[in-house]
Amino acid sequence: MTAPEPGYSADEMMTVAAARELRGTRVCFVGIGLPSLAANLARQLHQPDLVLIYESGTIGAKPSRPPLSVGDGELAETADLVVSMPEIFAYWLQGGRIQVGFLGGAQIDRFGNLNTTVIGPYERPQVRLPGAGGAPEIAWCAQRVVVIMRHRRRAFVERLGFLTTPGLCPGDPERGGALGKGPTAVITDLGVLRPDPATQELVLSELHPGVDPDRVRAETGWHLREAADLGRTAPPTAQELDVLRRLSSE
Amino acid sequence: MSRLLSLREAIAELVHDGDTIALEGFTHLIPFAAAHEIIRQGRRHLTLARLTPDLIYDQMIGMGCADRLIFSWGGNPGVGSLHRFRDAVENGWPGPLQLEEYSHGSLTHRYVAAASGLPLAIMRGFGGDLFGHTRMARVTCPFTGEELLAVPALHPDVAIVHAQQADRAGNVMMWGIVGVQKEAVLAARRSLVTVEEVVDSFAPHTGGVVLPQWVVTAVAVVPDGAHPSFAQDYSQRDNAFYRRWDAISRERDRFLDWMRQHVLETPDHRSYLRRLREEPPADQLKAGS
Repeated sequence: MTAPEPGYSADEMMTVAAARELRGTRVCFVGIGLPSLAANLARQLHQPDLVLIYESGTIGAKPSRPPLSVGDGELAETADLVVSMPEIFAYWLQGGRIQVGFLGGAQIDRFGNLNTTVIGPYERPQVRLPGAGGAPEIAWCAQRVVVIMRHRRRAFVERLGFLTTPGLCPGDPERGGALGKGPTAVITDLGVLRPDPATQELVLSELHPGVDPDRVRAETGWHLREAADLGRTAPPTAQELDVLRRLSSE
Repeated sequence: MSRLLSLREAIAELVHDGDTIALEGFTHLIPFAAAHEIIRQGRRHLTLARLTPDLIYDQMIGMGCADRLIFSWGGNPGVGSLHRFRDAVENGWPGPLQLEEYSHGSLTHRYVAAASGLPLAIMRGFGGDLFGHTRMARVTCPFTGEELLAVPALHPDVAIVHAQQADRAGNVMMWGIVGVQKEAVLAARRSLVTVEEVVDSFAPHTGGVVLPQWVVTAVAVVPDGAHPSFAQDYSQRDNAFYRRWDAISRERDRFLDWMRQHVLETPDHRSYLRRLREEPPADQLKAGS
């Protein structure tokens, strides 16, 4: 039996779900790529006053399209202010002024720890990834973190090759003195994972429309538990898809 | 007092084999022309410091200029991997590359410490494996008892940045995304600023940064000296080039061929730009293949 074509892709569902996750957010520190697309979608859909901060020092950037890099000219030209890198990290991020840190990653584990450094041994890696960027301090200092990643078994792993960016700490909701509480949602193209308040472990909290929970388990390298109140994501609305497609065209 | 030199003279005088150099500019104002001149002059055994190695250090690493890299994010923004950086780390080509890696915040603080004349800078700590692979230490706040992270000052031998303008006295002005350029220049023992043009006087710019002539060693006029990066109000970021670099740099032979044709066989930045712009995009893709 073939399921009917839903009229949108799994990536579009992921981006729409991530944009919805920013509802009620005032200030968001945005990583490049998937986070930037979703944050710009949120700003155009339901959060026109969402303040987007990129690590290039652009605060309140209003790009018409998601930029290719964190330092594209349009970010600086449309920003409320542009500050130096010492200032963006010291005053704005470490100063506790960011509500949501919005990140991607190459690998994630059951506690939302991220690896963007290496696959294989550090000294002689099979794959050398770009490295930390601003993610460790964003994850440490933002009031909460939202992660967006495609759900694949090689990415959702039992054991990280390298722990670049700390997530949740089992047994320590204070996360060893961090300013923020860490990842509160991991949005994927199959569903949404959220931490179990008792164990801090990420559990399957929502399934996107038409996704079988067995498929999510098959694409997760650890034994993925389900939330007691496992929900279904509402499919993208025509308006959400329309705005997203306009943003991502070109 | 800064001296106005040609780029060739400035690199010959300021950058020596074995130096620690920082070519800064966060996406914007990346001093590519200066890097190309360092490659032309065949500098070796350099320690390269920079938050984002970007294409500029991918080229220098692939051309064998570097022994060590101090950095915090080594990708081609929005495109993918830096293939020459990866080949050096994964396969030791063209030679082994030692890494000292940070997060953006912690490496930024290393320049701040040096610019401030302090041996270290302090920031909020974070856990993870990075700590064991770099020069960081935990310290306790003597006032509150909080555990914080310390990073050591980074004093490059030379800092090189690109800016929009210099005036006739050799003062420098830049605006737009200004990254850590001011801190890198103030942290360094010597500094070179390449500029788009020399003007009689500076117009005020929101968020503009001025480097007075007495903290800059040399200024060289290099129009479009940041290409494929950009200088706000002078040029646009050449995003198409950043995408094309993926194919140019993926294989060693094609990379070497491209660097020979565009950098080693051009005498200066003007010739490099002319060479690039003479090629229709389709030929640019074929060049060196």
